[in-house]
Amino acid sequence: MRGRYAPLLSRNFWYNNPMETVKQNIPVFTVAVGGAAGDGIKEGGLHLAELAQRLGCFAYLTMEYPSLIRGGHNFGRMTYGASEVHADHSALDAVIAMNAESALLHQDELKDDAIVFVDTPHAEALKDIGRKVVAIPMSQAVKEVGAPHAAGPSVGVGAYCYLAGLSRENAEALLGKIFGDILGGVAMNVALALRGYDAAKESGLTPRTELYVDGACAHTGVLLEGNKAVALGFLSAGLEFYIGYPMTPASGILHFLAKEAVGGALTVIHPEDEIASINMALGVAYAGKRVATGTATGGFALMQEAFSFAGVSELPLAVAVSQRQGPATGAATRTSQGDLRFVISSGHGEFPRMVIAPGDAEEAYTAGRIALNLAWKFQTPAIVLLDKQLSESYQTTVVDGAAKQITPHKAQEEGDYQRFRFSPDGVSPLAFPGTPNTKVKATSYEHDEFGIASDKPEMVQAMQEKRWKKMEGIRADAHNFETVKVYGDPAAKNAVIFFGSTKGSVLEAAKMIDTPLRLVQVLWMEPFPEEEVAKALEGAIRIIDVEANHNAQFAGLLREKTGIVCHEKILKFDARPFDPAVLAAELRSKLSLS
Amino acid sequence: MSLQLGTYAKISWCPGCPNNQILVAFRKAVTELCESGALKEENIVAAAGIGCHAKILDYLNMNTFNALHGRAIPAIEGVKAANPALTVVAFSGDGDSYSEGLTHLIHAAQRNSDINVFIHDNQIFALTTGQATATSPKGFKGLTRPSGSIEEPIDPLRMMMNAGATFVARTYAGEFEKTKEIMKAAIAHKGMSFIDIAQPCITFFDTRDFYKDNITWLPEGHNVTDLDAAYHATKQSDGKIPMGIFYQVETPTFEQQL
Repeated sequence: MRGRYAPLLSRNFWYNNPMETVKQNIPVFTVAVGGAAGDGIKEGGLHLAELAQRLGCFAYLTMEYPSLIRGGHNFGRMTYGASEVHADHSALDAVIAMNAESALLHQDELKDDAIVFVDTPHAEALKDIGRKVVAIPMSQAVKEVGAPHAAGPSVGVGAYCYLAGLSRENAEALLGKIFGDILGGVAMNVALALRGYDAAKESGLTPRTELYVDGACAHTGVLLEGNKAVALGFLSAGLEFYIGYPMTPASGILHFLAKEAVGGALTVIHPEDEIASINMALGVAYAGKRVATGTATGGFALMQEAFSFAGVSELPLAVAVSQRQGPATGAATRTSQGDLRFVISSGHGEFPRMVIAPGDAEEAYTAGRIALNLAWKFQTPAIVLLDKQLSESYQTTVVDGAAKQITPHKAQEEGDYQRFRFSPDGVSPLAFPGTPNTKVKATSYEHDEFGIASDKPEMVQAMQEKRWKKMEGIRADAHNFETVKVYGDPAAKNAVIFFGSTKGSVLEAAKMIDTPLRLVQVLWMEPFPEEEVAKALEGAIRIIDVEANHNAQFAGLLREKTGIVCHEKILKFDARPFDPAVLAAELRSKLSLS
Repeated sequence: MSLQLGTYAKISWCPGCPNNQILVAFRKAVTELCESGALKEENIVAAAGIGCHAKILDYLNMNTFNALHGRAIPAIEGVKAANPALTVVAFSGDGDSYSEGLTHLIHAAQRNSDINVFIHDNQIFALTTGQATATSPKGFKGLTRPSGSIEEPIDPLRMMMNAGATFVARTYAGEFEKTKEIMKAAIAHKGMSFIDIAQPCITFFDTRDFYKDNITWLPEGHNVTDLDAAYHATKQSDGKIPMGIFYQVETPTFEQQL
């Protein structure tokens, strides 16, 4: 009943299993908001997270939703605490339910003392849920003040303020800062929230002041999701064009940048398909503008031929690729780490590329900046590998969104120009059309130094060697960046290794484990940081691999690149992220093996 | 000023291939535009997809972009968007833009991108040694349909008028002077310029005799701003193939509005 089959079990299995002594008293609290698509669940979740941040806490919010526009079950879960929160937890302190289903679907996750705030008409349906149910007239309040239907969760947010022990005045002041202009405006939403506050109070509910974690403003962060973070990272490296076609979970990058582009220097184009997007982007790069594209892994599958073209034509291109559960259309709105091998091997033929897999929004920002800068420095494509969990989850993050850090490209020199001139480091000077007395050639064919097609064996070999020389420079540059990070006890005999958004779940799970753990996160997938990883794992007697796919793709990559074998693997491929408590239990069981 | 538009690359088209005439017409068009001061040599970018047509880039000593099969159009739209001061021409073929990359051709017309698309329409996949394309006539016997094509050919000119192209023309590769003049008019046009260049494939589908007997040029008084007239002028009841500039109107370009 352990190991890889554990994800198939109810999460509650771990809480209720008397054999497990899960340390649940870590100082985080979790509030969820659920309802049908169109009920304003995402906004409700964001308002809860903003509220937590205004209390000085760190917050982490995930949204789970099916691929539909109205109806279904949308669910936002926000965990907060006075110290850094890396993932949301499934054990719920409170739920704001716009319908009965939203509470019933998650009843196994309700803590014994959890409070369920439910829209009054649905309270009756929850009478057997076994937890304190408080009816809040959310839909009625919205109708009375003439607010949009999707403002309903604001009433629940007010009720939560009461539960957490905020004074009415304090709540009013904070709510005035967190509600934006959407869904009826600030004043209307504050009024709705106070209606919820009063209803909770009138119900006779006793406030639970332990839910009011005054972090004394432990941070200067903002709520940031991976998609927006990587976009800000691109901008910090001088992004001038973004060209993309919408596909969950990468659309957020396109939407954010499209707004940024209004009236600004940035140009955003949404063409007919992914193939047009990447080919158009290559035209932009050829003409001398810093450009990125982005898509989900399915869209990236469509871009493969052009990705290879970027390699042979040495055009600088940054690509944000966000994984969702495949194969094919798969579970379209759900997370996965099942495309690591696909992405690092992307494009036919052999050519150098970079693949950076950030684990949180802050790292996504840095990865975006590095990817675009190094693409231009080395004239080869660079990928930021995301996944749904990272792309669309919001986390308290500190980044300087306005900071620019632009690495220059190798510019044209005097004399006759040859686009693919051989050089000791493999990088040829870069010139652009429009330059007098300079002919700039780009081509998908193998070519000579000027750019005329050539399949002569000595030229084909020389050009391959030229392009691969750039990899030596990339490897040398990579040492300047955090390719591997170690958390926990760097000398611990037990090591856990992971990549991407799984970082958050691992760091939260580790809070619940007493055994010293060495937590090793690998950020660079290509080129693989062999030395750094080997150093980070030196002396570990047990290495546990944690990743969200079926085939342990990362463990395989680790073994291929370093010869290091993971002794244990914890894999999850149900298209949902690891829950920290469940992962803690699994880790504990692996640690108890002798 | 004397432009050196040739390169050291050895021409590898079949001897006598009409692609040579398209190459010479383009070089002459560029030379005349540059000599008249209308264009600067460094501000021209020629692109191509994959097929016999694409070899033209190796024979042009200028900025060139040899894209993937079917993808010259989005690439050149990217070039134009990034630097609107450039004049961009995408050479393509019937296999390259009526079969593989048709989406891009339609959408470039829809958005009236200020690009020039010159299609070397030989009604066959020639570089892959003879298969039917979207403009091969029904009954055409190619390698993939030995007993004859069962599909009706598309009508590229009418398709492009429907899609929103603002300059639609057809010419014959063998008529070098006329082709050059139509190329110059296309380049001068602001907006999506489309030329279907009838180009016999002398090895796999030799239509030289057919075109010699069946070409007719649009009359002097043809009204290029009348879409209905342009649409109907593309075909004649006597089976002759009309050539010339069928349609030309000025509307705001994609890049102007970007």
